[in-house]
Amino acid sequence: MTVAVFFGCTFIAFGPAVALFVFTIARDPLRVIFLIAGAFFWLVSLLLSSLVWFITVQISNKNSATQQTGLLIFGVVLSVLLQEAFRYGYYRLLKKANEGLLALSQEDTMPISIRQLAYVSGLGFGFMSGAFSVVNILSDSLGPGTVGIHGDPQHYFISSAFMTLAIILLHMFWGVVFFESCERQRWWALGAVVISHLVVSCVTFVNPHYQGSLIPTYIILSIMAAWAYLCAGGSLRNLKLCLTCKDKDFLLANHRPR
Amino acid sequence: LSHTHTHTDTHRFVFTLFMSIILTFHVSRLLSEVLCDPLSDFNVWTSTRPLNNSAKGHAANESVVIAATRLDGRSFFWEQAPSAEGTVSGIVTLLATIQALYPVTQEAPPPHNIFFSFFQGEAFDYIGSSKMVYDMERNDFVIDLNNVHSMLEIGQVGLHRGRSLWMHSDPVSRQNKSVDTQVSAMMSRVQSAAAGLNLTVDQPSVSQPLPPSSFQRFLRVRGIPGLVLADHNTSFNNRYYESLYDDAENLNVTYPPDLSPDEQLVYETDAAKSLAEVATLVARSLYIQAGGEEKNLNNITADPKIVAQLLYGFLIQKNNSWFRSLLPPEVTKKGDNSILSSGPPQFYIGLGPRIHGPVHSVTRFVQYILANLTGTITNLTESQCQNPSEVNTENKDLFSYFWVSGPASVNSTGEPFCVRASVRLSKAVSPAFELLEYGSPNYSTWTESRWKSIRARIFLVASRELEMLTLGVGVAVLLLSLLVTYFISSKAELLFSSAREPPTTTY
Repeated sequence: MTVAVFFGCTFIAFGPAVALFVFTIARDPLRVIFLIAGAFFWLVSLLLSSLVWFITVQISNKNSATQQTGLLIFGVVLSVLLQEAFRYGYYRLLKKANEGLLALSQEDTMPISIRQLAYVSGLGFGFMSGAFSVVNILSDSLGPGTVGIHGDPQHYFISSAFMTLAIILLHMFWGVVFFESCERQRWWALGAVVISHLVVSCVTFVNPHYQGSLIPTYIILSIMAAWAYLCAGGSLRNLKLCLTCKDKDFLLANHRPR
Repeated sequence: LSHTHTHTDTHRFVFTLFMSIILTFHVSRLLSEVLCDPLSDFNVWTSTRPLNNSAKGHAANESVVIAATRLDGRSFFWEQAPSAEGTVSGIVTLLATIQALYPVTQEAPPPHNIFFSFFQGEAFDYIGSSKMVYDMERNDFVIDLNNVHSMLEIGQVGLHRGRSLWMHSDPVSRQNKSVDTQVSAMMSRVQSAAAGLNLTVDQPSVSQPLPPSSFQRFLRVRGIPGLVLADHNTSFNNRYYESLYDDAENLNVTYPPDLSPDEQLVYETDAAKSLAEVATLVARSLYIQAGGEEKNLNNITADPKIVAQLLYGFLIQKNNSWFRSLLPPEVTKKGDNSILSSGPPQFYIGLGPRIHGPVHSVTRFVQYILANLTGTITNLTESQCQNPSEVNTENKDLFSYFWVSGPASVNSTGEPFCVRASVRLSKAVSPAFELLEYGSPNYSTWTESRWKSIRARIFLVASRELEMLTLGVGVAVLLLSLLVTYFISSKAELLFSSAREPPTTTY
């Protein structure tokens, strides 16, 4: 029943992302377009970083294991930096596009705010990054066998799925924080995003000790989730009100024209 | 495997065998695909008076006494069959018999022809003898069953050790009065031939049937008078019959330690002397049985030196100087890669030259030894030797022509020459394969199967609990995220309402 593992891991990895897509993005074609464009930008950054890594590997000494590991670490760091660079590039592009869209559109208001763009582009990055992380693993999980015949831990598939889940959500949060900090010129926040991305990527080198990589990742995920919530306009008070269902009065009191 | 034992609760090992036999899936290939090859090789036969090989069926004015033995053996292990007492004792005895008998039959020919036959494949349900009888029945052989006067078969004769030899006869055919008379007469002739030799010959009780022998194949078709000579009465003396351990040591063929190979070749062991006695007995018995005169009997003696050389070649080392001298030059020169590789020959029949490499070594040895013992040297050239029909003094129907190396001396290799002998090979493949009766109860159906590669894949399969847990967690995560997202998106205005932007922007 390896199909069970396949579906289980697919749902774990892409469940939240699909839920977000279905409920917040699918109805608005503009958001869909920007999502796909964001995914494409991430793909280009991956292509570039893999090209560099491939060339360096060809030049290097293939027999030296330490050199190969060193090259791998170099590749990971380079990839993270390139991804963030492309995120910045996408931000600049979107700023320019937004002005253009405003000029073209009939309405006075911008069809899509920069905050929404931050969320959508982050999710786009997340989708593509998650796909590349986990699709090969999912196809292997279909096979008649599983890992662990030499005594390696057998939680490979489920750990990879949870890691992918974290990465997708993290990209989304990083997108929100990144765009917000670019808007407000808070460069330290930008640096924090880059550093947290590096930490999450490099902590995977302790695998197969999955607890060593998953726990820090989820800690960073929760921190970034809180930070992104605050950047997106949330506050602790709103959260308390929402959860205790005192929202009706609040909405009536704060009625806004839609 | 230690890991699996600690995880037996959580893992199952699935061991899958894939036989890559494609014909399970492709019926058309099934019909044309050969799955096995029949065991096959050649019988070797010769006669004291040459028989016309091109004239098949009943031979006019011929009444032959057949002297037969088996040429092969087997053991549990593939292509390993030293078969010393089981086979070599018979071969060596019959070859020594021919050596003893042949000159006298040329000087003072007996009334009956004597037909010597070495049957191949007897260990596998009498392939060679059944084929010869089958050919005789269908008039596809130089003689037929009407030409057969009587038969003497040499069984396992190596372990009599000063005890008697036994003459086994068939009680069923002896119920016929005339056959019984002839068998009794044959027995008395053998006993009279044993007089003056260091041997005694006994008969087992009349109701005891024959031991396993090629003679039974002839008896199946016709009640021929005949005997089977063996060193045992009711049970075998050979503890290692058809075993890997039926080797030189079993026959007591051992040499003093400090002899060179050439010295070992001619050293006369006690076993050689004892087998020479048996050969002399058989030769004299055959001469009398064929109607020869008793006064010539003293000239019929087997040479222990020839017996010693035969034993050395068939039990210890087939690549010796004597064998090399009587084989063709191309075989001698090839050395290790041909039938003259080092060590004793193996007596398993094999699949025949078409399928399985060079010609069977034992068949070749017996053929060329017979040519050496019974043939005459001619002064034909090599090309004439290979095409004797072009030479009008030579007769290809009556004789075979062999181009042999000749004895080698220290200084030079031998000068090859052409030997003419009435030695022939006849095909030994079970009639079941000619009749295409693959389930035949009458003939041997032994084959070697063709080998296909067998593959196996071993892989680890995750425990059911883990699989179901993964699926469960996945579904839970999906449902939870759908719920949470719906909740957040419906309360979005409330949750993200700490707006720092002017109200005109949308969310």
